[in-house]
Amino acid sequence: MAIEDVSLDVREGEFVAVVGPSGCGKSTLMKLISGLRMPSGGYVYVDGRQVGGPLKIVGMAFQNANLLPWRTTLDNVMLPLEIVEPYRSTLKKERTRYEAEARQLLAKVGLAGFEEKFPWELSGGMQQRASICRALIHQPRLLMLDEPFGALDAFTREELWCMLRDLWQLQPFTVILVTHDLREAVFLADTVYVMSKRPGRVLVRREIDLPRPRDLDVTYTDAFAGYVHELREHIGRVRAS
Amino acid sequence: MKPNLVKAAPWLVVAGMFLLWELICVGFDVPEFLLPAPSAVWKVGVEQFEPIMMHATQTFLTTLAGFAIAVLVGLLIGMAVGSSPLLYRAMYPLLVGFNSIPKVAFVPVLVVWFGIGTVPAILTAFLISFFPVVVNVATGLATLEPELEDVLRSLGASRLDILAKVGLPRAMPYFFASLKVAITLAFVGSVIAETVASNLGIGYLMMSASSSMNMPLVFAGLIVIGVMGVVMYELFAFVEKRMTSWAHRNPNGAA
Repeated sequence: MAIEDVSLDVREGEFVAVVGPSGCGKSTLMKLISGLRMPSGGYVYVDGRQVGGPLKIVGMAFQNANLLPWRTTLDNVMLPLEIVEPYRSTLKKERTRYEAEARQLLAKVGLAGFEEKFPWELSGGMQQRASICRALIHQPRLLMLDEPFGALDAFTREELWCMLRDLWQLQPFTVILVTHDLREAVFLADTVYVMSKRPGRVLVRREIDLPRPRDLDVTYTDAFAGYVHELREHIGRVRAS
Repeated sequence: MKPNLVKAAPWLVVAGMFLLWELICVGFDVPEFLLPAPSAVWKVGVEQFEPIMMHATQTFLTTLAGFAIAVLVGLLIGMAVGSSPLLYRAMYPLLVGFNSIPKVAFVPVLVVWFGIGTVPAILTAFLISFFPVVVNVATGLATLEPELEDVLRSLGASRLDILAKVGLPRAMPYFFASLKVAITLAFVGSVIAETVASNLGIGYLMMSASSSMNMPLVFAGLIVIGVMGVVMYELFAFVEKRMTSWAHRNPNGAA
């Protein structure tokens, strides 16, 4: 049993971050919400309906970009359109329109001009940008991010925070971000949940009351430091127990 | 200078080998019925060009037929075994055991079943060459990263979708690599069967030539098989490079 008695309540359009020590079942939580795994007890409701299988209104991105090396960046981003309806059946007819949308999305994350490049020709940060584009191309209402910036260096990570913030601000969708970076959680999220060690349980729910749009400068304010400090103490208690 | 040398190297080695061979034969006065000199082999090859080509064509087509069946069957079994852990566990011992049987021991059985001629040769070529295809395709599919599968499953992709979009493309480098091995094995298979049970093909030509002590003709047959093997290997190596260039990228960036 990786998690137990977890109860999250996420509003539409809310940005939620889940933090906790490693091995606290964060990934299990992701799989439960997206319908990749069934709960052994309890329920998962998304959009008012109980989850009974993989959800098509979900986009996912992981720590590894997981781009397909035989596809160009553009084709990688287009992949969900080949699977999710109604795009799947209209892809042949509307290819040019969808392609234009994909190019637009890539341009928004700063990948204009890299559409025809293959994944190995991109840097780690660029691959992760493309991966997030792929998670968003079919306009999911729920975006699930599993430590998406964990493998990047500090500067690239902050750049990608801003990228994600801009995407979210432009066209709000619900985000569940699993991370172990407290600054990342506080900077991006409306609400932060702290989970305990295995079996994971929700220990604290903390609303982040920083004005939006947030700038990277906010990470140097006292209010920001206060939130990070407080969350850090909870994590410390979890690890000590 | 250097790239030219790299290009010429294989030809130089082959030419050197024939030269050495010729020198040994002439220098030690080796009798022709033991080891014919390349010049004698060449002479026979020119004299008997037409029958050699006739038998070579037979062997070539037999090999291709067996190889084609091997690719088809190997791909199907490899896909089944690679995408189902249960089948993987269940089938592997049988496949390995079967592959361990020397195929030459199997030819008499095929002769009893299908008579002397082309069919046993095709089947031997098939039996000897399908295993590497199965193993490689199965490996390519079985080593699919779970996260990649999750990305697709979370979009509601069916197993067939995952196989078509990720599994098979990812297995392609393994598959094309196996073709190079399989085609050379297929030649081995068809020639083995021809030497035992056929009256057509290079294998048969060599058997009948050796029974009349025509060693130059035997060696001409060997060389023809070798040449066909190399040509087909290079062909599939080329196809492999073209089809799966993404897997053979240049680490220095100039892809």
